[in-house]
Amino acid sequence: MTRLARFVSTGAMQIVLMAIALFWLLPVFVLFIQSLRSSGEIANSGWWTALANPSSLMVDNYRALLENPDIIRSFWNTVYITVPTTILVVAIAAGAAYALSWIKFRGRDTLLLIVVGLLVVPLQIALIPLARLFGDLGLFGTIPGVVLFHVGFGLPFAIFLLRNFFVGVPRELFESARVDGANDLIIFARILIPLALPAIASLTIFQFLWVWNDLLIAMVFADPASAPLTAAIQRQTRAFGQNVDVIAPGAFLQMVVPLFVFFAFQRYFVQGILGGAVKG
Amino acid sequence: MATAVKDNRAPRANKTGRAVVLFLKVSAFLGPALIILGALLVYPIIFTGVRSTFDASGNNFVGLANYEQIFTQPRTLIAVRNNLIWVLVVPPIITALGLIFAVLSNRLPWRSAFRMAIFMPLVVSGLAAGVTFRFLFAASPEVGTANAMVRSVAHIFQPPGEYPTARASREAPLEALEGGGFQSTISVTAGDTIYLGLVGVQANALPQEAQAALAPAATPGSVAGVVWLDFSPGGTVGEIDPAERGMPNVPVRLMSDDQVVARTLTDESGRFSFDVQSGAQHRVQLAASAFRAPHPGIAWLGPTFITIAIMIGYIWMQTGFAVVIIGAGLSSLDRELQEAARTDGATELQVFRHVTVPVLMPILMVVLVTTVINVLKIFDLVYIIAPESMQPYANVLALEMWRASFGGARDFGLGSALAMLLLIMIIPAMLFNIRNFRRSG
Repeated sequence: MTRLARFVSTGAMQIVLMAIALFWLLPVFVLFIQSLRSSGEIANSGWWTALANPSSLMVDNYRALLENPDIIRSFWNTVYITVPTTILVVAIAAGAAYALSWIKFRGRDTLLLIVVGLLVVPLQIALIPLARLFGDLGLFGTIPGVVLFHVGFGLPFAIFLLRNFFVGVPRELFESARVDGANDLIIFARILIPLALPAIASLTIFQFLWVWNDLLIAMVFADPASAPLTAAIQRQTRAFGQNVDVIAPGAFLQMVVPLFVFFAFQRYFVQGILGGAVKG
Repeated sequence: MATAVKDNRAPRANKTGRAVVLFLKVSAFLGPALIILGALLVYPIIFTGVRSTFDASGNNFVGLANYEQIFTQPRTLIAVRNNLIWVLVVPPIITALGLIFAVLSNRLPWRSAFRMAIFMPLVVSGLAAGVTFRFLFAASPEVGTANAMVRSVAHIFQPPGEYPTARASREAPLEALEGGGFQSTISVTAGDTIYLGLVGVQANALPQEAQAALAPAATPGSVAGVVWLDFSPGGTVGEIDPAERGMPNVPVRLMSDDQVVARTLTDESGRFSFDVQSGAQHRVQLAASAFRAPHPGIAWLGPTFITIAIMIGYIWMQTGFAVVIIGAGLSSLDRELQEAARTDGATELQVFRHVTVPVLMPILMVVLVTTVINVLKIFDLVYIIAPESMQPYANVLALEMWRASFGGARDFGLGSALAMLLLIMIIPAMLFNIRNFRRSG
């Protein structure tokens, strides 16, 4: 055991780290407890008072939430926005990443650098022109419009992540397949994609979370009928005091799906962060 | 000759053919992505750049007037200033915290549980985090978690008094002191008694041990007094009525020419007494500590602290990112270097400062730059945590861009200029990324 290991395993240090971990979990726990309290209780007493009196917690807020047509519709809108976006981004990026890693053509390196550059472009830059363009196309305020915007801004990261993985695949696999007469489509679909499934899983999770959690694009490009959960709950926050019994369970509902994805696929999530960072 | 011509042309045709095939192949794989990137990213950058030089209506070219407006109007200036503060403060904190957490948890027996707790907020939306921190930062310490913590810590150093609301009764010979507490308006000397009635306290808020107030009895060598709640239904002000109780535990000071000469506490019946030399004139003080109000907490969501509150929320969300990257860097670190330093007698802190940190430096830079990029774009956390009336104080470029363009004002000229400014601020980070990428291939 090194001294560091001994230091970390001392009781005091463990207690400190335990306290930090609990502190980090606290906000999610607080939101959960608040979502089970009435708006009067939330306004007049701290969440900790409910711990002393657990019988005061109730599911009424959630029952009301599930009977709220706005929230139900926006929940499904979130699904209708998130799923197609994720599929489109993964499919389009996989093809592009293949071309950028395994087909030799002039200007490939430049294209790659452009993708790396586009990686950090703030989406604010596209809000005004695309609001106009989508308006002309009849897409403004619709789910396809929101999806299209997300696809555009999801692509650079997706291409970058998959390309990083693709270039690491050993060349010999391709050569031997080519000798056997396989063309690019076969190599792509039969060899590369199955090999890249872990990377694709990471990308899918990332893309899913990103779209599921988006607020800004939804606020600009979705109208009330096509608004996802984030935008629907945001509208409630304008009257924060009065609507806490909708806001707290609504926000928790919005958060439950990402949390589930996180706990179920933590390994792929972490790999996605590592694969997507521009390394020094 | 014919064969020679044929030989010459065949490869060329072949070459052209191959070029066509290559073109088709590349188009098939790359085409959709290029079209989308062109239409949804590259075209908007150009459009927004051009649009930023036109006025709100879009009909009149105004040159750089929109940019000038950003740097002259208070509202947008605050946004620019806040963005700079964010960039200077938050990325270093997140990187440092990430480094500390990653190093400390690296050898922890329950490392993955610890890291899971830190990673978890990464998947929480700005909306949900914003709502949560609105709760945590609620103003009243009775309701808001942050202020409840602030209050408990503050009370360790300065406990609140038992009677924060008390004030002198109409008949009491007392004046309020600057900085809290009371002083008698009359002088007392040996053999005197003094009646110090207070009001403004709920009878049921008196401490459990409080007994019926008793008249003080002075001996020839002492001063005696009583502090009591001088209020009861039908009672007379200035007199101890049967239902009135004493106020225990009030610190009383005997004063002589503004000097404290003796201290005591009132008993269950509110009585106190001091032994005094005959002839000396004294005043009596009731110390401020008995009347100190509980700590009111910090106005987290007020103009002064709003940005700090949002930053705390952001640090909670994003520290996990730094721990992921730095943690991976630590695992791939060459242990022999650290071991060699330890063998040479370096302390753990020296190893950390002179071996671990320098070796990790490129990774720390990546974390720092990535966080700078993300911090520049911050929008939803600010929008949700800051109450509408506080948004001018918490303003950042991304929020102002949304507000100017879609949140009512509909000024696409100013909005475009704000978006361009964001892009320009991000360009150094973009170049850092491109350089890094070229180096590592």
